[in-house]
Amino acid sequence: MNNVLTYMTFIPVAGAAIVLALPNNAKLIRWVSAVATVPPLLMAIWLFKNFDRAVPGFQFVEDYTWIPAYNISYTMGVDGLSISMILLTALLSFLCIFASFGIEKAVKGYFALFLLLDAGMMGVFCALDFFLFYVFWEVMLLPMYFLIGIWGGPRREYAAIKFFLYTLFGSVLMLLAILALYFSTDPHTFDMRIMMAQANKYSTQVIPMWPFNHLRWGFQHVIWMALFIGFAIKIPAFPFHTWLPDAHVEAPTAISVILAGVLLKMGTYGILRTNFPMLPAATADMAYWCLGALGAWNIIYGALCAMAQTDLKKLVAYSSVSHMGYVMLGMASFTTQGLNGAVLQMFNHGTITGMLFLLVGVIYDRAHHREIDGFGGVAAIMPVYTGVTALAFFASMGLPGLSGFISEVLVLLGTWQKYPVLTILGASGVILTAGYLLWTIQRVYLGPANEKYLKFPEINGREMFTLVPLGVIVIVVGVYPSVVLDLLRSSLDQINQVVIPHL
Amino acid sequence: MDLKNVASLSFFLPEIILSGTILLLIILDLIARSGRGVALIALVGCAASLIATLDLYSAQPGWLFHRMMVLDNFSLFFKVIALAATILCIWMSLGSNEIKQVHEGEYYTLLLTCTLGMFFMASSSNLLMAYLSLELVSLTSYVLTGFLPHNRRSSEAALKYLIYGGVASGTMIYGMSWIFGMTGSLDYAAIQAALGQTQFNKAALFIAFIFIMAGFGYKIVFVPFHMWSPDVYQGAPTPFTAFLSVASNAAGIAIMTRFFFPGVSRMLPSGDWAFTSGVEWPQVLLFLSMLTMTVGNLCALNQRNLKRMLAYSGIAHAGYMMMGLAVLNNDGLSAILFYVVVYLIMNVGAFLVVAMIANVTGDEDIGTYRGLAWRGAIVPAVCLAIFLFSLTGLPPFAGFVGKFFLFSAVLKQGGAFGVLAVVAAINSVISLYYYAKIVKTMFLDTPNPEDKSVCVATNNFTLLIPLTVLTIVFGVYFSPLVRYTTQSLRFFVK
Repeated sequence: MNNVLTYMTFIPVAGAAIVLALPNNAKLIRWVSAVATVPPLLMAIWLFKNFDRAVPGFQFVEDYTWIPAYNISYTMGVDGLSISMILLTALLSFLCIFASFGIEKAVKGYFALFLLLDAGMMGVFCALDFFLFYVFWEVMLLPMYFLIGIWGGPRREYAAIKFFLYTLFGSVLMLLAILALYFSTDPHTFDMRIMMAQANKYSTQVIPMWPFNHLRWGFQHVIWMALFIGFAIKIPAFPFHTWLPDAHVEAPTAISVILAGVLLKMGTYGILRTNFPMLPAATADMAYWCLGALGAWNIIYGALCAMAQTDLKKLVAYSSVSHMGYVMLGMASFTTQGLNGAVLQMFNHGTITGMLFLLVGVIYDRAHHREIDGFGGVAAIMPVYTGVTALAFFASMGLPGLSGFISEVLVLLGTWQKYPVLTILGASGVILTAGYLLWTIQRVYLGPANEKYLKFPEINGREMFTLVPLGVIVIVVGVYPSVVLDLLRSSLDQINQVVIPHL
Repeated sequence: MDLKNVASLSFFLPEIILSGTILLLIILDLIARSGRGVALIALVGCAASLIATLDLYSAQPGWLFHRMMVLDNFSLFFKVIALAATILCIWMSLGSNEIKQVHEGEYYTLLLTCTLGMFFMASSSNLLMAYLSLELVSLTSYVLTGFLPHNRRSSEAALKYLIYGGVASGTMIYGMSWIFGMTGSLDYAAIQAALGQTQFNKAALFIAFIFIMAGFGYKIVFVPFHMWSPDVYQGAPTPFTAFLSVASNAAGIAIMTRFFFPGVSRMLPSGDWAFTSGVEWPQVLLFLSMLTMTVGNLCALNQRNLKRMLAYSGIAHAGYMMMGLAVLNNDGLSAILFYVVVYLIMNVGAFLVVAMIANVTGDEDIGTYRGLAWRGAIVPAVCLAIFLFSLTGLPPFAGFVGKFFLFSAVLKQGGAFGVLAVVAAINSVISLYYYAKIVKTMFLDTPNPEDKSVCVATNNFTLLIPLTVLTIVFGVYFSPLVRYTTQSLRFFVK
């Protein structure tokens, strides 16, 4: 299996090309697209099985010269962190194709763009060359823009351009930071591995920047900040989060799942992949405010916003803001538990929120609205559906035995050793989360059945097919988290070891 | 190599072929009066001239015609660009309804004359020659802008162009007279030598440089000499607008680079440049570059006419390209050359789609693009989207690589240039808004019931598809282009 990462990334592109060449037969296009996402999934599982967990560092590395004049190369490689994300991406892409079978408008365009998006996401998690990373990062934007903009809800145009502008703003700052890093390597290179190896060379000498002189920032801090803003917009960290509720509400179900399940993770993945190992001194200086405090604020702010929503999808969107706060908080702790918990939370949030959006999609397809107060008594009409929803809600809430619990506890355990105050704030978010989720269950699912909706069909086989794998993962990881944690440990330790001397 | 008149002729073959074609076109137009035939002859002439130009790459660089002109890779590069733009423009004109209404013989004759002027602009190494070549390009451009008969906008644009052009070139020649007065010469090499030896009054030199910049800036279209461009772009026949937007800009950059780099600066052994005059003109450019891109992008935000919007976007791109001049190093210059090629491809592509749609709907208003993708014009819509995203600077399109090189040249310089890079980066985000607005109109908006389906003539696809493919190919595999531009960055200095 040489070049498995390349195949994994470009098979969806080939799939997209085939889809474009097919005749306009919706059924055929759907199934061809579904088939195109199978090989990446199998390869991701193969990577998961064959990855040597004892060895830190990158494996399955592919290295080819691309543009020799500027030392740009096509370098792919994975460590435990990337594999967990690749697994998530491959699984969600596969399931979302099935969740998209209801799309009727311009089917060919939808699935071709979806597959391109899939390729872009895979590429981001595999790339080890910063230029390549950036190209994949941006390549994702275009399909996403069209997927929200063409197949979205009533305010789709606004949501799509808002998403696009926010993300591009972050990316151009990132581009400048990448170039600055490039010019401070010697000889100039975009190879992330070399940038990591030269981590301690990036100057921390204070440069005066009126009116921010009191911050005492050096070159490393400025670069750190530029990268961080690029990633924070994706996470999305307060105050850059406002694109997220709009995009989520307007996007079609499958795209919401991808958005929450994979795209948000790219923000935190990017910070762990680049900020931590390349700019360790700045990471140590910035972590408390930019990751820890901001993360705790995200948790509480997101939860309070979620509580105030009347739209079910918007509620789930804000719960994402809240849950991604745990990831940031855990990352800021620089403890083994905290960091492992953070990445596990990334993985868990992908599966749990994926389920939540799929579930919202199920009921939206039937009722054609998402008003929380417009339902009532759904449990009596669709008991199976309600059961699955309860599982997802409880997982999101952090009920012991389900995956969300493990990661949140790990994060809080890790953070407690460093920042007790932030930990208390973060832990209080758990209560708020329980508050809005239980309240939602009460309003939507319990109580007397709403007469209008008595004829709702129960959740069908296709919908169950998209939910069951995620539900199984939620339970398995909840009971036996080592499945994922073993994968992460050595890679995260390596990242952590770079920063710890600078604390 | 410093050649006399007769000896120069063999290195002057591209221009001779072009002049011959122009004369032939005039005669043919009298006899045959066939628009299509004239266009084909013009195409053949351009192709022959292109071959002759490429052939000169192997020749030894040197001065021609008593140091009036210079032959080096840099000038050849811009001749190739001018010819490529001309060929694309003729090809576009063949499929354009606008051009069918006009007297085609004269149109192509003037177009080729304009190209000839650009040849001289690229190679002039004497202030007088620079002025004359610039005027040759301007004069033909005025006529071509006003070429649409009974079109008020076209005539108005030509008049505005003429007035602005007259003022700008007047200012420029006044600045040149100052330089001549101080250094006693019009020859670039002599000017440079004089600047190195004598300490001139800095204020006087500064004023002279600013005045000269006005003339060049009017060709490159930078703020505050940009006022003419929106009206001219909107009023001129679309194929000519496409030509003007890239070729005139490129020629302006050529003449400006020639004056400010080998002319008044000194090349250091490291490949960097140092100004001999003691006047820090790059700082002026740095400021103007920021101003140009910001004004261009902000004005483009609310435009509803696509040609006008592209005019403002052209101003913004001129601002981006000027970053490469302001950094005063060879990385910046080679980034500009790269950008010129890429800009040629994507901007002509964008205008081509505009012309194709206007051929059917007769309008360039953004309203006519509503739901275009769903009205039977999916291929032009997708191509236009690719060109526009490339203009924004998104990978995997060529425009991204162009911007990437410009940014990298700026950041390499460091210091205050970091601010320039940040301004340029934020400008790219602003530009996304109006480019995406067109994409939104074409794809995201659903067509109104009264919107007719748009059935574009497929003969333009022979040009559209290659341009689109090139935009993508140069976005992912740009090594050959990088090699070509680095190779083209060779000036002949004594």
